[in-house]
Amino acid sequence: MSLGPYTSFIVTSYLLAAIVVLMLIAWIAVDYRRQKQRLRELDASGMTRRSGRSAADIR
Amino acid sequence: MTALAALITRDLKIALRVGGGALIGVLFFLTVVVLMPFAVGPDLALLTRLGPAILWLGALLASLLTLDRLFMADHEDGSLDLIVMGRAPLELACAAKALAHWLAAGLPLIVATPVLGLLLNLDATATSAVALTLLAGTPALTFTGMIGAALAVTLHRGGLLLAVLVLPLSIPVLIFGVAASQAAIAGPLSFGTPFSILCALSLVSFVIGPFAAAASLRQGLD
Amino acid sequence: MQIACNVYDDYQDAMTLIDLANPTRFLTLTARLLPWLAALTAILLLVGLYQSAMAPDDYQQGATVKIMFIHVPNAWLSMFVWGVMSLAALGTLVWRHPLADVAAKAAAPIGAAFTFLALLTGSLWGRPMWGTYWEWDARLTSVLILFLMYLGLIALWRAVEDPSRAARAAAILTLVGAINLPIIKFSVDWWNTLHQPASVMRMGGPSLDQAFLIPLLVMAVAFSLLFVTLHLAAMRNEILRRRVRALQMMQVSRRSA
Repeated sequence: MSLGPYTSFIVTSYLLAAIVVLMLIAWIAVDYRRQKQRLRELDASGMTRRSGRSAADIR
Repeated sequence: MTALAALITRDLKIALRVGGGALIGVLFFLTVVVLMPFAVGPDLALLTRLGPAILWLGALLASLLTLDRLFMADHEDGSLDLIVMGRAPLELACAAKALAHWLAAGLPLIVATPVLGLLLNLDATATSAVALTLLAGTPALTFTGMIGAALAVTLHRGGLLLAVLVLPLSIPVLIFGVAASQAAIAGPLSFGTPFSILCALSLVSFVIGPFAAAASLRQGLD
Repeated sequence: MQIACNVYDDYQDAMTLIDLANPTRFLTLTARLLPWLAALTAILLLVGLYQSAMAPDDYQQGATVKIMFIHVPNAWLSMFVWGVMSLAALGTLVWRHPLADVAAKAAAPIGAAFTFLALLTGSLWGRPMWGTYWEWDARLTSVLILFLMYLGLIALWRAVEDPSRAARAAAILTLVGAINLPIIKFSVDWWNTLHQPASVMRMGGPSLDQAFLIPLLVMAVAFSLLFVTLHLAAMRNEILRRRVRALQMMQVSRRSA
């Protein structure tokens, strides 16, 4: 597969798209971990939700 | 009706008395226009060509600067809560406040335009074209800007956030305002087309602005 | 309003559409759905990438036409996400539903990212086509304004501590933006035809051959699924964030009591 004289532009745009999408995914995954961690800490400190279930129970 | 008239006269009186700050906008307008030749050089031909754009940008920034005052002072002294709770429909009250604000802060800009046109080497036709487009266009700036002012006052944030929210919405007014003035000066387009679209934008903003501002005040102040 | 999230926890009814609006039910459903959605997105993206790699060169644009396969889906999503946020804004203003607030807030950064990608790939496509990275072309310019509005919306979300208050303000701004975006698009088009430089080649001018259309459609569906997946995951994060906030407030009030 030859991309002609503008290979660098095509490759760069695909790479940048991949980087931005991966950054989005990473941000969301890290955020999820952080919130779960905080909920576990709150659970450990004895806080319960109004429904009586544990804070870290996300279901 | 009398309630709205009373609101307009009250707002006008507050804006024009000492500490009201309505004329700060004109002073800012003057300063921005005077700064321009220092940035682009005192080339009169160039200034003539850029004149309408400079005047429009100056007027846009000046009307943005004064928008902060539209609801802020009333919110601080509590009279905004009275207006929200009052019997007059909040949409009409918002429209009345915006009208008063435009009379106090927008109209002086148009009065100042001929003087500033002289500084930018614009001839009589060009100056009157710019003044006419400003007359048709600045109400749209005030009424769309009112949405941002209402949002900012309910969030207790003003200044820069207001500018960031309002400026993208004012792009159409800027485009057609400058285009109409340029068309009147140089052609080749007829003055009527962009000018009627500019008037249409103002009319649309008369509808959207009060409704959105009233909605944001109702949602935000409870 | 944060307490409302927890009050919803207490209801345990059969699954109905109304139950989807219950944040706890939503979390259960999301946990079940997310792996499947992620897998489907990954497969479709791979198929789309393979097909775009295999697509023939355009007789006019050469291989640069391949940029279209990521540029167009991102541009389409940049507008679609604003539509999703507008629907959520209606949910916030009309029903005052916390889940609508969450949906609107979670969509904004994702939409901004897609808009940013549309701009980036558009300017990288423009360099070979126009000889410059940035042309004040009508489409690029209106996407740029859309990007500015996304950033303004995110700034609004970040300016306020209380989530439900921020949600209502953002909802109004989103709806005003939805009304204004067509007007802005029209004025930018008009402005551009007025100032059209002679040498500009129009993007996407010729009608698309099937050899380009199929990879483009696959990529568009794949990116839309990517948005749905990311949006659901971001909404889950936001719900958990609010739960943390509510619990922390309870903790503080219990300590001071």
